[in-house]
Formats: sequence, C-alpha cells, structure tokens
Amino acid sequence: MSEETTFFLDGEPIPFTAGQTILQAAHAAGRYIPHLCWHPDYKPHGSCRLCTVSIGGRSVPACATQASEGLEVANRTPELDDARRMLLQMLFVEGNHFCPSCEKSGQCLLQATAYELGMMGPHFDHFYPNRPVDASHPDVLLDFNRCILCSLCEQASARDGKFVFVMGGRGMRGRKVIINSASGRLADTDFALTDRAANVCPVGVILKKRVGFSVPYGQRRYDRAPVSVAQAQEASRE
Amino acid sequence: MNDVRKLRIATTSLAGCFGCHMSLLDIDERLFTLLELVEFDRTPLTDIKRCGACDIGLIEGGVCNAENVHVLREFRKNCKILVAVGACAVNGGLPAQRNHLDLRDILEAVYETEGGLARGAHIPNDPELPLPLNQVHPIHEVVKVDYFLPGCPPSGDAIWKFLSDLIAGRTPTLGHDLLHYD
Repeated sequence: MSEETTFFLDGEPIPFTAGQTILQAAHAAGRYIPHLCWHPDYKPHGSCRLCTVSIGGRSVPACATQASEGLEVANRTPELDDARRMLLQMLFVEGNHFCPSCEKSGQCLLQATAYELGMMGPHFDHFYPNRPVDASHPDVLLDFNRCILCSLCEQASARDGKFVFVMGGRGMRGRKVIINSASGRLADTDFALTDRAANVCPVGVILKKRVGFSVPYGQRRYDRAPVSVAQAQEASRE
Repeated sequence: MNDVRKLRIATTSLAGCFGCHMSLLDIDERLFTLLELVEFDRTPLTDIKRCGACDIGLIEGGVCNAENVHVLREFRKNCKILVAVGACAVNGGLPAQRNHLDLRDILEAVYETEGGLARGAHIPNDPELPLPLNQVHPIHEVVKVDYFLPGCPPSGDAIWKFLSDLIAGRTPTLGHDLLHYD
C-alpha cells in the first residue's frame, strides 16, 4: 500500500523504500534538503549537519535518519535555514574560501549552498588557517585550505580500492585529510585522474591541473541554476 | 514641492582595488535616479576628504594598515548604516591571501630582492606612510557592520538592487541571479 511508503517533507508526500534515509528518498524524489558531506553514492557521514531537519520538534540529520511511514519532516523553515546559514558561516571562516581566486567557483557546493540560503557575510572572525598545499602530482593540485572535512574523498578512494585519502588528527585545528603515502605527498601514491576520488570533492581541494577557469563565468554549474534546482534536475535524470 | 530630505551617502576604499566603485558607476543612467534620492558626502566622486554625518556608508576593501582602521572607525562613527561592499570588505578578499605569510618577508621580497628595483632600494619607512598590519582583516572584525554586499565586485545590478531596497526601507535581498561571491 502506498500509504505505508510515504513520509511528508514540508507537507509534501515523499515516496520511499525500506531502508532509505530521509535525504536519500527526498533526493530521489527531486526535493532539496541542503547538504554538503552527503553524496548519493556513499555512506552518510553526518558531519556537516547542513541536512538537519525537524521531526516533532526534534532536530535530526536527514542523511542518517531512516524514513518511516507517515513521518512529518520540517525542512526549509526559517529557523532551520537560520541554523544552516550559521553552520555555513562557520565553515567559511574556518577555511580560506577566497571565491574570486578559486577554480571551483561556480561549481562549488559550499558556495552554491550559501547562495541558496542567502548567506551575505561571514559574521564570525576569520581563522585564516595556513595549511600546506600539495602540488606534487602531475595532474592534480590539493589545497587543504578549502577542506570542509566531509570525508567524501576518503570514501571514494576506498571505493577505488586505493585508500589515498584518510581522515586523521583530532580537534578543530588538528583534524585533517592525510595522504596515505610514506612521504605524505600525492605524487607518491597511485592516485589517477580517472579515480572516483578525483571528482568527488564538493569544494576546491582536489583540483585538476590545466583546466582551471575553462568554463566561463556565468556558464558554470551553479551559475545556470541554484543548487536546489540543479540537484532536482539531476535526480530526475538518474 | 518635494521637501523630503535626501539620504546622505559616503563611500570609501580601504585595501581594495576600486573595482566596487567602478561597479557602482556601472549602474549607469540609474545614477540620475539615485541622485534624486541621495547626496554624496565623502567619496571619490566628490573628493571630500573627511566623512560627515551620513545615513549610509559604503566601504569596499579590507583593513590592511593603520590608516584603514582610522577611516573605518570614522565611517562607523558617522554613518547610521554601514555596508561592507565586495569580497575584500566581507572576508579580506585577495589582499588577505597574504595572511599566512610573514609581513617582513613580503616587504623584503617586494622592495629589496625583486629584480628591476633601483640599486639600494629599501622598504619605505616615511613616517607619513601608514603602518601595515600583520594580517588583512574584513571590516566586521574591526567595527560593527550592518549589511554585507558580496561579490568581486558585486555587479552594477546587484548594487542597484541593494541600494534600492535599503533606501526604500526594505531589508536588501539579491536572489540567485545577483548573489555571487566572485
């Protein structure tokens, strides 16, 4: 019976199959729940908390909460979007997100999500971290100053069977992505442009060399449509 | 008879490239409409050097030296509403990309070790030159900022929409087509 496999997102019925999370089902139905560390191909990480929704007044991560029949889920409420905007502001000031000089600008999920939520300024004081870049690989540049610790590179690289990226360290300043080679350099791994991990970074950490700014301003992915519209269109094609 | 007092606006550039002021000029013929509603105090357009009592202060550029701090505080003191205009004022922008470097190393590289400089060139130390800060900061880290208008620069259309909302007493909103950080 269809009633047994439907929950409600902001009052709209969303079909789901057993075992699907709220975010999985919403994404498949073309409904946008803001997120950064979630990717449809990988296990939920639950670290960014952008996908926090409200069920019966309780805040839960949509990526890690299973859908159940008849559930009433609040998503794009002013209160939840306010909280998401604050999370975005914290992510922006904890890294060096200089959009005008970033090759990922216009294709960056962090930036696009900030547009979606109307983030006009950073609000908090900037950390201006100093994390070393790794330009050792012939085809790829790594700029960890933009890392939001989503762990998608780690998961994708594990799926590639290469385990190039691993999350390490502790604490706000200590936590980081480590390159799994004796030297700690990407050049000393078997990382390749054809790897899943080369294309999974939602921000501008993993950048392909010699293609920067190849797509003109105004024609890039999130220039053409807001992230909510772009993801709904992509989901309908999947 | 139109006896409504015109709003008074001041603008300045701190550690910026004046691109945001150029973008202000990109509102083109709408400048005439704007001038029916506002008059300019301190701004490169009037060449007034000190900021007087104003309704709105528009500031582009970040804070990179002692003079920037002085000007910014003067604006904050005199402007009822202070707006951070453009990436440098909002998050430090391109000038802040020096923040992880040592200031003395940068000055030595620029003035003493680069090729093409005159023999014996040295780091300028005239007392009239404002002292640089160790790091470039966005303006909200120095004074309270009321509104942020991001972009590098924000487009003329974005500036026009923002000012139109603000002058009309609405909270400025941009939407997807006008909100860009680059």
